[in-house]
Amino acid sequence: MKKLMTGNEAIAYGAYLSGVRVGAAYPGTPSTEIMEHFSRFPGVHAEWSPNEKVAMDVGIGAAYAGTRALVSMKHVGVNVAADSLFYVSYTGLKGGLVLVSSDDPGMHSSQNEQDNRNYAKFAKLPMLEPSDSEEAKQFVGLALEISEAFDTPVMLRTVTRISHSSSPVELSAEEPPGAPPEPPLYERNAGKFVMVPANARRRHPVVEEKIKKLAEYAETLPINRIEPGDNTLGIVAAGSVYQYAREVFPEATFLKLGMVYPLPERLIREFASRVKTVIVIEELDPFFEEQIRLMGIEARGKDIFPMIGEFSPTLIRQCAAAAGLIKEAVVSSEAAATTPASVELPIRPPILCPGCGHRGLFHVLREAGVLVLGDIGCYTLGVAPPLSAMHTCGCMGASIGVAHGVAKAGVKDRVVAVIGDSTFFHAGIHPLINVLYNESNVTAIITDNSVTAMTGHQQHPGTGITLQKKKTVAVDLEKFVRSIGFAKVDVCDPYDLDGLAKVLEEHLSSSQPSVIVARRPCVLYTREKNTPPTVDPDACVNCGTCLELGCPPLMQAEDHVTIDPLLCNGCGLCIQVCPSEAISR
Amino acid sequence: MKKVDILMAGVGGQGTILASNILAEVGLELGYDVKKAEVHGMAQRGGTVESHVRWGEKVYSPVIEQGEVDILLGFEMLETGRWSSFLKKDSVVIINRYRIPPPAVNLGKARYPSEEEIESLIKSNAEKVLWVNATEIASELGNPAMVGVVLLGVLSKHLGGAEDAWLGVIERMVPPKFQELNKKAFLAGREVEVA
Repeated sequence: MKKLMTGNEAIAYGAYLSGVRVGAAYPGTPSTEIMEHFSRFPGVHAEWSPNEKVAMDVGIGAAYAGTRALVSMKHVGVNVAADSLFYVSYTGLKGGLVLVSSDDPGMHSSQNEQDNRNYAKFAKLPMLEPSDSEEAKQFVGLALEISEAFDTPVMLRTVTRISHSSSPVELSAEEPPGAPPEPPLYERNAGKFVMVPANARRRHPVVEEKIKKLAEYAETLPINRIEPGDNTLGIVAAGSVYQYAREVFPEATFLKLGMVYPLPERLIREFASRVKTVIVIEELDPFFEEQIRLMGIEARGKDIFPMIGEFSPTLIRQCAAAAGLIKEAVVSSEAAATTPASVELPIRPPILCPGCGHRGLFHVLREAGVLVLGDIGCYTLGVAPPLSAMHTCGCMGASIGVAHGVAKAGVKDRVVAVIGDSTFFHAGIHPLINVLYNESNVTAIITDNSVTAMTGHQQHPGTGITLQKKKTVAVDLEKFVRSIGFAKVDVCDPYDLDGLAKVLEEHLSSSQPSVIVARRPCVLYTREKNTPPTVDPDACVNCGTCLELGCPPLMQAEDHVTIDPLLCNGCGLCIQVCPSEAISR
Repeated sequence: MKKVDILMAGVGGQGTILASNILAEVGLELGYDVKKAEVHGMAQRGGTVESHVRWGEKVYSPVIEQGEVDILLGFEMLETGRWSSFLKKDSVVIINRYRIPPPAVNLGKARYPSEEEIESLIKSNAEKVLWVNATEIASELGNPAMVGVVLLGVLSKHLGGAEDAWLGVIERMVPPKFQELNKKAFLAGREVEVA
């Protein structure tokens, strides 16, 4: 029996079938649904940890205790978890441990497109990369076996087009292994698990030896395979790129790599000897290409295909045609030639939803003219015109530290940090402590929509609910920031523009560090909707003030503004900003 | 077994994901190998969204190649026009007569193209354009969010295949309390006279 599954669902299913009992993650596109799916299986513990490093340590703890564990995150989450990843590579573990890294070539929903295959080489551990959902399911099981056989964590890399693409998966008739009848004792072994220098020095040669053994193992591993075809072109590919390349080069000989690190040198040599030209097709970095060239094998790759952006069958065909590997890509040039240039299509960037509380906050910040050091979440959309009220955003938790640095540089501007509730719990606490400890007068605004909204409404330590829907302690933001030493703390509703503006002014004119919690739960999550207001066309002077809110239901009509009642959430911000009192309900 | 490559284009929040899930399941039911690709996350916040659904004997890539789209199912006029370069001469375009102006248009800084302009853009590559008032039909049935199911009704008529297969999948994929309404929306789509 087959079922359509996304790559993410298949990873969760494969983990469950393989007896994984502990899962930990922080939400991040395109990885989020892995842990959501895993959390629904019986007899497992699955959690949203506050950040990826905590998730990694939780997985490591479970694996040290002899339980199979799954940790998942987006590519940049691995940066946060990297410290833990590097020590567990040295210590090894007892139960199998898989870290899923979901990369995002093309940056559909990310701040960079780093190629996390580099982490496998850097942290000296094996990495597998599936090319569809069935492989995603199988590779999790294989990764756990490798993890236990070679005493190492194993990374499973996906990209957006694997994570969020669906393909058929064979359902298993067998039940996963049950829990042990008695709780086992933790096996204590300080020499292996306490990484003081003396122990770590003994572990490093073990790690180097491990990678050599894994390279040998990779030579005969069936997921690395030569698919014979015409010997003119030999294509090396993995993951989704393998699927694209299969369409563009139906006749070629392929080396399909399921284990992307370490590489099987003898297999690659044999493959190269069978074909006239070796072509490496890989998204982002020349990860295979450089290693293959180091083996002394002639190969082409990045001279044909770009290092930037997401690949597609279209792109591979165009590049291959330009390099003379295949006949000219007829269709695309014909299409391009016949597209009338006269019709201009306006772009449609993502925007804050109607009724979003962040809109009120950014309106007030723009009017105040302050410098806004931003962070990662829906509220990053505050950068978009017409709000245009965010001036930096780099990674999770950066806002407050950057604000402190800017303040210490002594600029004239008034400075605020804006960070979401989930992002604050993720990486905002330490920089906030720093503001107190090293004394700057930064005002940190926690824009609290009471959920992790951007990734699809996940719970976090402030919501009082766990991933598995149990009631739990809700960390109280106000009490928390007061307890670490902030004396000036206010809570505001960003729907109340005047109220928020007044509090902001008060905080900015104060010389002490302060926190404003701007709280309005996400209306997409609460499904709250108020009566949409209407515009009196006779009273409207068409000044455009309300349009500066950038709220989708507000539209420019002939000589006045209208409100689309279907789109409108009834937040009432436009009523408050209209200077002619033309909007009411 | 011939291949069918269907591209859905719309605006985040219009329900393209449910529609593409149904379409993929129907393909599997009809005995095809199926792949589907879409993007979640930031783009969903009112931005451009697209779903690729591919039926075939053996499907490799989850994304459709330029010039290979058999059917373009457009949830919104502008977004449908945006994919015209992916069409070929015998592509069929089913387009919902519905506009969601992007921010620049609302601000008066850009112009939303006319129906004729969008049609001419599509027709520069594909010959067959079918206009449907799908949002209107869904609204009349009680919920504009069913626009995708209405469009699937139109599509099903075009693709052929048993009505029951489609209705069975809709029943499976839609929460019980919305099943009857969605089936109605699907059947309403099947009955649409397309020009």
